[in-house]
Amino acid sequence: MSVAPPLPALPPVRLFPLGDAAVVLEFGSAISPATHAAIAAFSARLAARPFVGLREAVPAFTTLTVYYDPWRASEHGRHPEPYERVATQLQLLLAETPATAATAAAQVVEIPVCYGGAFGPDLAFVAQHSGLSLEEVIALHTAPEYLVHMIGFAPGFPYLGGLDARLATPRRPQPRPLVAAGAVGIAGPQTGIYSLPTPGGWQLIGRTPLRLFNPEWAAPSRLRAGQRLRLVAISEEEFEQQPQP
Amino acid sequence: MSLRILRPGLLTTVQDLGRFGYQQDGIIVSGAMDAQALRVANLLVGNPETAAGLEITLLGPRIRFEADHFMALTGAHLSPTLNGQPVADNRAVWVAAGTELAFGPAVAGCRSYLAVAGGVAVPLVLGSRSTYLRASFGGHEGRALRAGDVLPVGKPSTIGSGLMQLLEQPKAAWTAASFTPGPALCPRPPYRPVLRAVRGPEYGQFSAESQQAFWQEPFTITPAADRMGYRLSGPPLMRHEEAELLSSAVTFGTVQVPAGGQPIVLGADHQTTGGYPRLALVISVDWPALAQAAPGQQLRFREVSVREAQALVAAREQAVAGLRRGMETVFGR
Repeated sequence: MSVAPPLPALPPVRLFPLGDAAVVLEFGSAISPATHAAIAAFSARLAARPFVGLREAVPAFTTLTVYYDPWRASEHGRHPEPYERVATQLQLLLAETPATAATAAAQVVEIPVCYGGAFGPDLAFVAQHSGLSLEEVIALHTAPEYLVHMIGFAPGFPYLGGLDARLATPRRPQPRPLVAAGAVGIAGPQTGIYSLPTPGGWQLIGRTPLRLFNPEWAAPSRLRAGQRLRLVAISEEEFEQQPQP
Repeated sequence: MSLRILRPGLLTTVQDLGRFGYQQDGIIVSGAMDAQALRVANLLVGNPETAAGLEITLLGPRIRFEADHFMALTGAHLSPTLNGQPVADNRAVWVAAGTELAFGPAVAGCRSYLAVAGGVAVPLVLGSRSTYLRASFGGHEGRALRAGDVLPVGKPSTIGSGLMQLLEQPKAAWTAASFTPGPALCPRPPYRPVLRAVRGPEYGQFSAESQQAFWQEPFTITPAADRMGYRLSGPPLMRHEEAELLSSAVTFGTVQVPAGGQPIVLGADHQTTGGYPRLALVISVDWPALAQAAPGQQLRFREVSVREAQALVAAREQAVAGLRRGMETVFGR
């Protein structure tokens, strides 16, 4: 008879090199809350216990990519195999990372969104594609508590998990040459918010007046991987009244 | 202490070695495409390697030095002149106030780096002076340089000011130092580069014929080639598994292959994450050769191991350390 350990270890993690200055830690093969939690737990551990030569770590859906300087990781030539050294250090850190990190109180961030009209030119297409009314699309899109899986594509752009499967809509066949910052879109099973004016092929159903990115903020991205958020429908008048931070 | 841009050239931007630590916020690394050339240019004028300089692309700018300065040009050979007289690259040059730097035909490579003693002193944004063109921040007002721009220059180091005094000549417009680092530190950009690469995470998903073609056939750089990445044309590279991939991090030098089978090699302004299969990764000591290759040129790839790639990094860092120590020993007192 054995007693279960108080903190279960992480599930097996696969390590492989990404070129000569990065290593990928693959925590699973599919998007899941458990995989996400494991990545978050390990990222926090790595930030607290950085190894010599660590540059930065970038979380994605199922991976954490750890960038390092191979020369510094070799301690200026003292260790002739920097990749092996970094991989060993990461393995040791993995072994001592509990599966569930003590996370900060799960505060839910609210993002106001004005749906349809000029702000959501593809709302009607999404409704038609899913066989729903405009109101039903808005209701389904504002219902879930979304998880920020990662920030990517552009500074501050959140990839959100948790879109109602009925709203999944393919990308536009031709990307728009310019999508406004704040535009809320759907691409397949994903939903996200454009953070900068860029070209883009997502189906646009609304827009938030909030700025998601500012290089002058101490934390330049409003959102971070691991946060939970809710989208709250607002009117055009409310959109115009939102103060710009 | 400043530089006045009289003509901007094709694409001249302020760059340093890049903006690290913010890729998790979707902020790209940026920085010099040929970071090695910028490091050497900085060392030649007594700067820290991390100082900001100008990245000059194919058609060079025309720049007036508004005070006595100390400069070096490395990377591509774009036929530089000072007041109309040819000036050698890869060496330190003292220039008198009012002297004008201009460029002629691109002879070898496509990106040249101008370092000035003291560094280009634009404000740091998120820890770097590199220009992030698409997000419009960093560098000089977040954009490529234009005619009329005036760039501030910082205070030269002890090494930089000591060297300036040695080279200064009261009646000359400029004087070049006689020393230049060897070809290990200042290679002439190859016209048909062979880029060494390691296998990427999805290498095994490509067919045996495609794997073989990648290592054996030449690829041509198409006109769609910029700081974000180069689209190549060559034999189609096809996967035998067509599984959709979840987006994950990518790096400078990543060779990714969209469904059409024509590869893209990523550069300094690559997005932080991507969802295309990663066939291979150009090793970091060969990023400069990639950075110096222009549309129309041919590339080949040669396979090496991660261990070999990292041994090459060590050799390069020892060469850079040698130059750094030499500058400190000879001119640092």
